[in-house]
Amino acid sequence: MSDVLILIPAYNEERAIGRVIENIRGVVGTTADIVVINDGSSDNTSGEADRTGAIVVSHPYNMGYGAAIQTGYKYARNKGYLYLVQLDADGQHDPSCIPALLAPVVAGKADIAIGSRFLGSSYRPPFIRRVGMVLFSGIVSLVTKNAVSDTTSGFQAFNRDVISFFTSDLFPVDYPDADMLIMLHRAGFDMVEIPVKMFENSEKKSMHSGIKPLYYTFKMLLSIFVTLLRSREKTG
Amino acid sequence: MPFNQKIFALLTCCMVFAVTINLVRKRKLHEEYSVLWLATSILMFVLVIRYDWLVALTSLIGAGLPTSTLFICSIIFLMLIAVQFSIKISSLTDQVKNLAQENALLRAEITECKLPYRNCEFFKSSSDS
Repeated sequence: MSDVLILIPAYNEERAIGRVIENIRGVVGTTADIVVINDGSSDNTSGEADRTGAIVVSHPYNMGYGAAIQTGYKYARNKGYLYLVQLDADGQHDPSCIPALLAPVVAGKADIAIGSRFLGSSYRPPFIRRVGMVLFSGIVSLVTKNAVSDTTSGFQAFNRDVISFFTSDLFPVDYPDADMLIMLHRAGFDMVEIPVKMFENSEKKSMHSGIKPLYYTFKMLLSIFVTLLRSREKTG
Repeated sequence: MPFNQKIFALLTCCMVFAVTINLVRKRKLHEEYSVLWLATSILMFVLVIRYDWLVALTSLIGAGLPTSTLFICSIIFLMLIAVQFSIKISSLTDQVKNLAQENALLRAEITECKLPYRNCEFFKSSSDS
């Protein structure tokens, strides 16, 4: 068993998951294990992941992105992995950035490394999303006193202390984004942002699309507010 | 308060109280969810019997009529019971999520164990002994 677990939450990604796993293998080889959390997919995501040699953990029904990644954290904790890298199953995240993302965490310079699509890149999301991203990255930067440019990045690497922290019921399973970063900061974890490449995915709807941004904005502001009101959660 | 109105209100309070007690007796309602129903029916009963208290409360809260006060109490009760259910639903949501995750992790563990002597902690510990 490796020290590193690559976590891929997946929902109805039978077309992309095989290629994503093969691309990851091309970068990490056998130095890391790969687990796919099949979040109640109605297609053959599980079969495709299994065919390419990944470990598959299947939810009995769809529970959402946050619950899926938390299942992955619980798997990592149970198996005793030292480090975890999470990335999306749709191929948006470039696996060649995994070593750069892991480096500061393995070196002990940070507990969590967040892959930012905005650092040194010309990536520009749609206007409404950009307003939201600027708002929440501004809030997180203000609270953590640390410039954070991408609060919704699902491309992250962290150590076993963060894994353990995320397996508790403190973890915000619906939209674990800006509030999660603030929670980590208040718990005493060190964060760093690493520039990563993300590919556009024009086929797929974002989980922040449609009418969801209204609820997302409300939920995030409320969650950040109550997080700041709570006493700092202890680590370990 | 008109006599027939008083009788109707008292009978309603008694009925709510008796039905709640019976549901708890039959184990169809947990005691923790019966508290608000019982407390509210007792409070309303007392306020109807002691009309002067109802009038004083009406004056205190600025309601127009004593019957308005009873309606306001009913609305507050419904809000409190909705909050109680929201709290319980939130707790149950977490519990169901944790159970489903445990289910998924255990199934994955069983699948690994079915592969002969591969990645299964049970077989590793057996071979070590």
